[in-house]
Amino acid sequence: MNYIYPEYEVVRNYSRCITCRACENQCANKVHSYLECENRMESTDDNCVNCHRCVSICPTRALKIVKSTHTFRENANWTGKTINEIYKQAQSGGVLLSSMGNPESYPIYFDKILINASQVTNPSIDPLREPMETRVFLGRKSHEIVRDANRKVITKTTPQLDLSVPIMFSAMSYGSISYNAHESLAKASEQLGIYYNTGEGGLHEDFYKYSKNTIVQVASGRFGVHKDYLNTAAAIEIKMGQGAKPGIGGHLPGAKIVGAVSRTRMIPEGSDAISPAPHHDIYSIEDLRQLVFSLKEATDYKKPVIVKIAAVHNVTSIASGIARSGADMIAIDGFRGGTGAAPTKIRDNVGIPIELALASVDKRLRDEGIRDSVSLIVGGSIRSSSDIVKAIALGADCVYIGSAALIAMGCHLCRSCQSGKCNWGIATQAPELVKRLNPAIAYQRLVNLVSAWEHEIKEMMGGMGINSIESLKGNRLMLRGVGLNEKELSILGIYHAGE
Amino acid sequence: MKRVYVNEQWCLGCRLCEYHCAFANSKESDMVKALKNKKIHSNIRVESKGNINFAVSCRHCEDPLCIRGCITGALQRINGLIVVDKNRCVHCYTCIVCCPYGAISPSEDGAIQKCELCVKNNNGVPACVSGCINQAIVYEER
Ligand code: SF4
Ligand code: SF4
Ligand code: SF4
Ligand code: SF4
Repeated sequence: MNYIYPEYEVVRNYSRCITCRACENQCANKVHSYLECENRMESTDDNCVNCHRCVSICPTRALKIVKSTHTFRENANWTGKTINEIYKQAQSGGVLLSSMGNPESYPIYFDKILINASQVTNPSIDPLREPMETRVFLGRKSHEIVRDANRKVITKTTPQLDLSVPIMFSAMSYGSISYNAHESLAKASEQLGIYYNTGEGGLHEDFYKYSKNTIVQVASGRFGVHKDYLNTAAAIEIKMGQGAKPGIGGHLPGAKIVGAVSRTRMIPEGSDAISPAPHHDIYSIEDLRQLVFSLKEATDYKKPVIVKIAAVHNVTSIASGIARSGADMIAIDGFRGGTGAAPTKIRDNVGIPIELALASVDKRLRDEGIRDSVSLIVGGSIRSSSDIVKAIALGADCVYIGSAALIAMGCHLCRSCQSGKCNWGIATQAPELVKRLNPAIAYQRLVNLVSAWEHEIKEMMGGMGINSIESLKGNRLMLRGVGLNEKELSILGIYHAGE
Repeated sequence: MKRVYVNEQWCLGCRLCEYHCAFANSKESDMVKALKNKKIHSNIRVESKGNINFAVSCRHCEDPLCIRGCITGALQRINGLIVVDKNRCVHCYTCIVCCPYGAISPSEDGAIQKCELCVKNNNGVPACVSGCINQAIVYEER
């Protein structure tokens, strides 16, 4: 007996359906089928994950998906969601798994922050007529001006990343997403003059040609890490944690470790790819420092090193430690950050919002006089250009976008990545599904998104009378809170609207 | 000359191109009206076996065997485009037998039909190309 009623229902407008069977062809969950005798399409709602593949391709707009109105007896304490979770676990005896970011209704501080604009006393700038700078350099900045024997200023800096806009594609491994998704991200980064991140699955040999725009990751499983991998990259990221599952490792099932994925990860076919929760050689900032310098040593001090952590309660002290470890950048991933698979309860209950983590880390590093030692990259749900402007005004140097990039490529946030049957060819390794994501189309959509955001960022900066992203950085006076209490305002370091 | 080319690697076998073709040549303005409860006659045909799919339509050959075979001159080559004059077609179907790609088929009225790159309908670009969901067929100069 199945206790669980389907969450979504497929609604087909039979007066519009021409029985072309494209929906049947494109639903990997086998929801649609054709009844030959009646010349009619049928649907099995149980399997529908609400991914909108069929809805988007139906040539006559005959389909839509609705939330089922089927309901439990109302109960504010025992919601339908909670009851269904118990049914699932009582049936399976297993940990609940989910994907993408925390969907629960915690506060989203970006939505409670407003941006300033110039009026009368200070002129705004029209970005279409006047130059506007969004280029940023990420890496350690020197505290002082150093001169050589001839009093000439020494301009040599530690290695930096040079970005046309302060946006990068965050770490998503080959294995969790498809070959075509990686190719799209790599191609788009090259065209945009930004960077994408390999995640912890290694770098496929075909993508070495994009290495100038590639950040390679070194995670606790050390998959696919070798000398060429490190040396080909523009930067190296040590992954300590991830916003969607702080304190938890990863597990890519053996079934997905086939062919190129196994070769790229450098593990045998069919073996489970288990990333331990901690790095087994890192139990202190001193240990982290050793890894940072091992990587720098291996790459002749030519590559900046990023340390990525999840936003957790004591993020400020951790960040302060990292800033002293020799790392060039700190990436902080908020609790809304996405994942290909995480235990639901961890994803939904562990970590803190990125806005608060960012504001407090930036302040702590300033207070300690070490803000210049590192650049701050934040991710964990940057959803729009205005989120970026707010993040930069709160003190970030750059943002990572993951979910937004996937959505640009076609992801509909159905949050069933863990099934491996992504109907959009993104979070899957099945060849017949992977080919649905044509990089020629997807890369252009990524380029379009980032270009559109760049325009919007310039518009907002211009409105504030700011013509360079550097002048926006940490400029919290450009922000006001709405509906926030004293404590929240003080952590964010901003005034309330009206003040 | 611009032609429709097949990128087999990206074809999903969804057959939407067939439906867009049939609609474009139906003279109807609404796809539902044009195709609902009808057997469709498209000039492009999707071939599928296992995980391999591709859509085939007329190649607009340099030396077209269909024209060589046609006994009435119903098929002609105009600016590289192979077009059919339905009034001249006597339904002998020699061309159907001659075309090595299987790109010609009998239409509902008996005369043959084939891809004319949407020049005779109002579509502008070939409807199969604009309707393809994965750029598996493209209309370009090569
Ligand atoms: S894709 Fe649309 S028109 Fe085609 S069979 Fe499905 S519902 Fe009907
Ligand atoms: S799973 Fe996706 S493609 Fe399948 S019926 Fe549901 S929405 Fe459509
Ligand atoms: S109908 Fe066949 S033979 Fe004639 S031009 Fe087209 S592809 Fe060539
Ligand atoms: S519409 Fe495109 S993907 Fe679908 S069958 Fe035709 S050529 Fe292939």
